[in-house]
Amino acid sequence: MHRQPETMPAIAEPHWEVYAHGADVGIRGFGAGLAEAFEAVGLALTSVVCELSRVQASHAVEVHCAAREPEALLFEWVNAIVYEMAIRRMLFRRYRVAIVDCELTASLWGEALDPQRHEPAVEVKGATYTDLRVQQDDSGRWSAQCIVDV
Amino acid sequence: MDLDGWERVSATEWRIAPRAPMRVAAVLYADEALLRAMDEKVRQQLVNVTRLPGIVEAAYAMPDAHWGYGFPIGGVAAFDADAGGVVSAGGVGFDISCGVRTVLTALRRPQFEPHQLALANELARAIPAGMGRGGYLHLDDAQLGEVLTGGARWAVEHGYGEPADLLRIEDGGQVLHAKPACVSPRAYARMRDQLGTLGSGNHYLEIQAVSEIYRPEVAEILELHRDDVVVSIHCGSRGLGHQIGTDYLQEMVHAAPSFGLQLPDRELACAPIRSDLGQRYLGAMRAASNCALANRQVLTHLLREVFSRLLPAATLRVLYDVSHNICKEETHQVDGAPRRLFVHRKGATRAFGPGHADVPDALRTVGQPVLIGGSMGTGSFVLVGAHADGARAFGSACHGAGRSMSRTGAAKRWSGRQIVAQLAERGILIRSPSMRGVAEEAPEAYKSIDQVVDAAEAAQLAHKVARLEPLVCIKG
Repeated sequence: MHRQPETMPAIAEPHWEVYAHGADVGIRGFGAGLAEAFEAVGLALTSVVCELSRVQASHAVEVHCAAREPEALLFEWVNAIVYEMAIRRMLFRRYRVAIVDCELTASLWGEALDPQRHEPAVEVKGATYTDLRVQQDDSGRWSAQCIVDV
Repeated sequence: MDLDGWERVSATEWRIAPRAPMRVAAVLYADEALLRAMDEKVRQQLVNVTRLPGIVEAAYAMPDAHWGYGFPIGGVAAFDADAGGVVSAGGVGFDISCGVRTVLTALRRPQFEPHQLALANELARAIPAGMGRGGYLHLDDAQLGEVLTGGARWAVEHGYGEPADLLRIEDGGQVLHAKPACVSPRAYARMRDQLGTLGSGNHYLEIQAVSEIYRPEVAEILELHRDDVVVSIHCGSRGLGHQIGTDYLQEMVHAAPSFGLQLPDRELACAPIRSDLGQRYLGAMRAASNCALANRQVLTHLLREVFSRLLPAATLRVLYDVSHNICKEETHQVDGAPRRLFVHRKGATRAFGPGHADVPDALRTVGQPVLIGGSMGTGSFVLVGAHADGARAFGSACHGAGRSMSRTGAAKRWSGRQIVAQLAERGILIRSPSMRGVAEEAPEAYKSIDQVVDAAEAAQLAHKVARLEPLVCIKG
């Protein structure tokens, strides 16, 4: 078994899902807070590419982005992950996000993409504004979602 | 969708007359069955496009139209800069200049068949496909800048192909007025080792056999005969185009209020052609087009290397190369007068007819080849443009079959291994790095390409010339 870095946050697996949309795929994350919902979106994004269980969280990458409002921040966040996946040729298994005044800092733990082992099904081209929503329900739970172009 | 609100002009033309806030009509080319099978969103998105400033004549949708981002996929719209017209990043899409190139091999099916398995295996090894597989070229920013200006011409000048190839590519293989300086560092970074790669999703390299000829006199000029073996490559501008699409979509969304644009949908983000942002986007988009043309050219070179090793009797010549996610400046007759227009084709193929000056000399008597890709288990088609004057939808036709089932639905329903086995029984060899990717691209997850192409023919958008059936498919 791979040993996870000591800096790994001890959190429950966030709740996320992918959903159908025409030629592409929607990603949705839930959380008690905005940051947790964004973390869950990250997992949903990885799962569009390959099965999460095939990815190990061995190396960390730092990401920073900012926007004027939460939906624009989600767009930035998803695109930041897409960019890191593309230029580092990595897949990410764990996300830790902090958001203060629409400024996001995040640590992403993952590993180098191995086509044989990960069998990536598709490459994500980018986030879209379609179905882009960040909201809090009556119970206070956050959800964040958008369609990604694949 | 239901037919409410559509005026039936003919069996394959449907129209919604302009009423405010529409500026022009919405026109959709399809037979009734295709129209009924389309998502309601296609109508809504097409009507949204008619509201954009400077739009000319009508917003058009092709027989393969489906729900896209802002613009429907299979959408065509032209804008006049003099009339306050706009250019839209969403109207071009993320995969800028994604398109199809078809290459003749001079082989007949019986010559090819003994080598089918070896070629499938060798192509799977030699053609970089799927996520995470880089190409053989590693380019620094200065070299990439040359690619973004030179397009397929750059590739040929660097030994990837032959000068004659350029005669069979839109724009001679090089889109002018590209501005590599308008491309972000992030877009450069995403392209560094991606030139000469297929990508993933619905992209492919496919060896095909001509299974049917519909217009022998045209097929003769295109040098297509029954049982001829050809190769088609479907891919685009890779990470560079995706990043440019993302960068400018975002910038246009933010800038819209400053242009006084009230968008019915954020994805319709656009900027006046005569604005700094509009001009920067056009320069970056043309750079991405050159990247796509160079990409298909380098892939053609890799293809030639494989054939020269395994089947040296083959001579690979480009039949044609056409993009289907692009905005081009073209002259069209509108109400009897020529106008310079910025024609957006989002999931639509240019289809200029016989005699048009932009059709290569050798093909001018028959019109521009329209290359339409199907799913991996079905067929693809070669058509030619029908009208020299671009009389229908500014000289445009459909680009593919379009999905009938989502990726998530297809992955749940089918197994990639089963699909590969079933197609192998039918003599079609699939090679892909991902079995889930194959399941998501299952042939049955797509609409009938035959129905789409027949509607394009009946609507006089383009004329059918040949049907191609797959023999080997390298999927991304």
